[in-house]
Amino acid sequence: MEKFRQHRGVTAPLLRANIDTDAIIPSREMKRVSKLGLGEGLFAGWRYTLPGGREPHADFVLNRPEYAGTSILLGGDNFGCGSSREHAVWALKEYGIRAIIAPSFGSIFYNNCIGNGLLPIALPFDVVQALAAQVESAPRQRQLSIDLEQRTVTAADGQCWPFDIDAAARHMLMQGLDRIALTLEKRDQIEAFEAADRARRPWVYLA
Amino acid sequence: MGQSLYDKLWADHIVTALDEQRSLIYIDRIFLHERTGSIALQSLAADGRQVSKPAHVFCTMDHIVDTFPGRGDATLMPSGRDFIEATRSAAGEAGITLFDVNDANQGIAHVVSAEQGIALPGSTLVCPDSHTCTLGGLGALAWGIGSTEAEHAMATRTLALQKAKSMRVNFRGQLNPGVSAKDLILHLIGAHGAAGGLGYAVEFAGEAIKALSVEERMTICNMAVEFSALAGFVAPDEKVIDYVRGRPYAPTGADWDAAAAYWRQLRSDADAVFDAEIDIDCADIQPTVTWGTNPQQAVSIGGRIPDPAQEADNNRRQTLHKALNYMQLTPGATIAGTPIDAAFIGSCTNSRLSDLRAVCDFLKGRKVADGVAAVCVPGSSQVKRAAEAEGLDKILIEAGFEWRESGCSMCFYAGGETFGKGKRVISSTNRNFEGRQGPEVKTHLASPLTVAASAVAGMIIDPRHLMGEHVDSEQLANEG
Ligand code: SF4
Repeated sequence: MEKFRQHRGVTAPLLRANIDTDAIIPSREMKRVSKLGLGEGLFAGWRYTLPGGREPHADFVLNRPEYAGTSILLGGDNFGCGSSREHAVWALKEYGIRAIIAPSFGSIFYNNCIGNGLLPIALPFDVVQALAAQVESAPRQRQLSIDLEQRTVTAADGQCWPFDIDAAARHMLMQGLDRIALTLEKRDQIEAFEAADRARRPWVYLA
Repeated sequence: MGQSLYDKLWADHIVTALDEQRSLIYIDRIFLHERTGSIALQSLAADGRQVSKPAHVFCTMDHIVDTFPGRGDATLMPSGRDFIEATRSAAGEAGITLFDVNDANQGIAHVVSAEQGIALPGSTLVCPDSHTCTLGGLGALAWGIGSTEAEHAMATRTLALQKAKSMRVNFRGQLNPGVSAKDLILHLIGAHGAAGGLGYAVEFAGEAIKALSVEERMTICNMAVEFSALAGFVAPDEKVIDYVRGRPYAPTGADWDAAAAYWRQLRSDADAVFDAEIDIDCADIQPTVTWGTNPQQAVSIGGRIPDPAQEADNNRRQTLHKALNYMQLTPGATIAGTPIDAAFIGSCTNSRLSDLRAVCDFLKGRKVADGVAAVCVPGSSQVKRAAEAEGLDKILIEAGFEWRESGCSMCFYAGGETFGKGKRVISSTNRNFEGRQGPEVKTHLASPLTVAASAVAGMIIDPRHLMGEHVDSEQLANEG
């Protein structure tokens, strides 16, 4: 997975509260046998004029030319609440989103972000609003910069906000580890357990 | 302080502690099905990872596959074939065991993993499917996981987990006549709520549980998740050991002896302390049926549909209104006597051989009421063969049931099989959520016996009424 250290990018504001995973990726967009191909369905209900259609809604922020290539989202309270579908994170990631800044996140969604290399940053609502006001004035020029090493978000005018993130989550994101890679760092312990367990419960092992 | 069975199973599977809350837990068996397993296998491969111990990973085709006789890969559900084909090729590449569409051992994941001896007492087993807890009936610690966790388990043979709280539910005394395992679990959820087990691993215990067969215990554990429990299980005993002996993937020889000795000592210590304990007197349990849109909305067969007007709490009143509105029922009416359009016997809750025997004992010499569509779907191809060897298929067909190939079938709707829009169904399954069995379908959960009796009566009925009648008419015939 791509490591997350610093990132600078076009930032789109979507400040409504309670953007749930069904809005992020409607269930009708999840018909595939795969994690891939979901980017197209991201925010489908808002992004396209008709359910299941592909004609872009000109007003929707991500469809506006000045927001092309958006890689950071600004969200409202409780971003990613609702159904536990991990497809929401897969869709955001495939679309090209690297980080989401919001006052708070749905807890399963937050964990799914960390597990998939997407950085969720919690900042107070007034800060998120201030950031939105800045980027809206000139989205292409006024990009945000995120430094995970320093744990800061810096706006185009140089104002800088620190944020908190759990040390283990930060380690995973900075090393580009997903949960499997993180566990595989403990491979020796798993093998030692199996060796001892095989002597204790030999019947469990079919090979 | 003594340890609970859950404490012991947890301790036996700790690879290492990760932090204050979480441990890395060893996973003995992984089961997949074509609906979620396909995605997990493909995604694992796409990330360049492998199934690290393919011998411990199994997969079946149950959710999407058709259950019509002569079935192939085509399904009623649009794009179902894609899932089946993707699963077949991903399972082949991963080198795991697949019970394919027409394999002699195909069936519903949780039925197959018990009958093949894949789930073992005291083992950890996960499957990306919420009803994996069924295998707790064997004394396994088994639970449903998400697709990404399934990838994690396949790649590392472990999961990073926080230990749940422990609960014991004691079913005291003996079952009333006509009452089955399904009624016990519906009663528990009705009395203690669909969230009653939230955050707990639940041990089912007490004389009534000890007296149940292994298959009946699986019925109870199957619905532990409808109680919001993480897992539900029963301590293994001689019945379980007899059940497991000789199954295809069960241990043999010296391994068998060692395993049986280990299983025999798996139980909660007499002085074990639980975070919560519930006592239920089985004398209070009658055949139980759901009237609403979650399994908590259940009443005993002699009971009445609740009246929102009698409910003081505003939120609860709204909930009742909503459920009654969907179910199109009259507040305050008796649940018995509600006319039905269809009856379904099947699912991982109640589709094993003992369920079909109970149904056929009742159905012999009776007919499904006119206008009621009745379908029976065996839980596995092996159950199907065993039932046919006993002639159960003939009894069902003569009574007016359709007899199908095995699979999940009408237990859940994903664009495939359904009785039709808005139909009222009495069903031996485990979920009565809105739309679970098809658009606007109204589901009443009940035991297989209550489903069979209601199919015959054309309405929801206490099976004991008909059983009484049956005896009477036989007596009359004999006397005449
Ligand atoms: S039978 Fe129903 S509950 Fe059981 S695994 Fe299949 S769909 Fe799920």
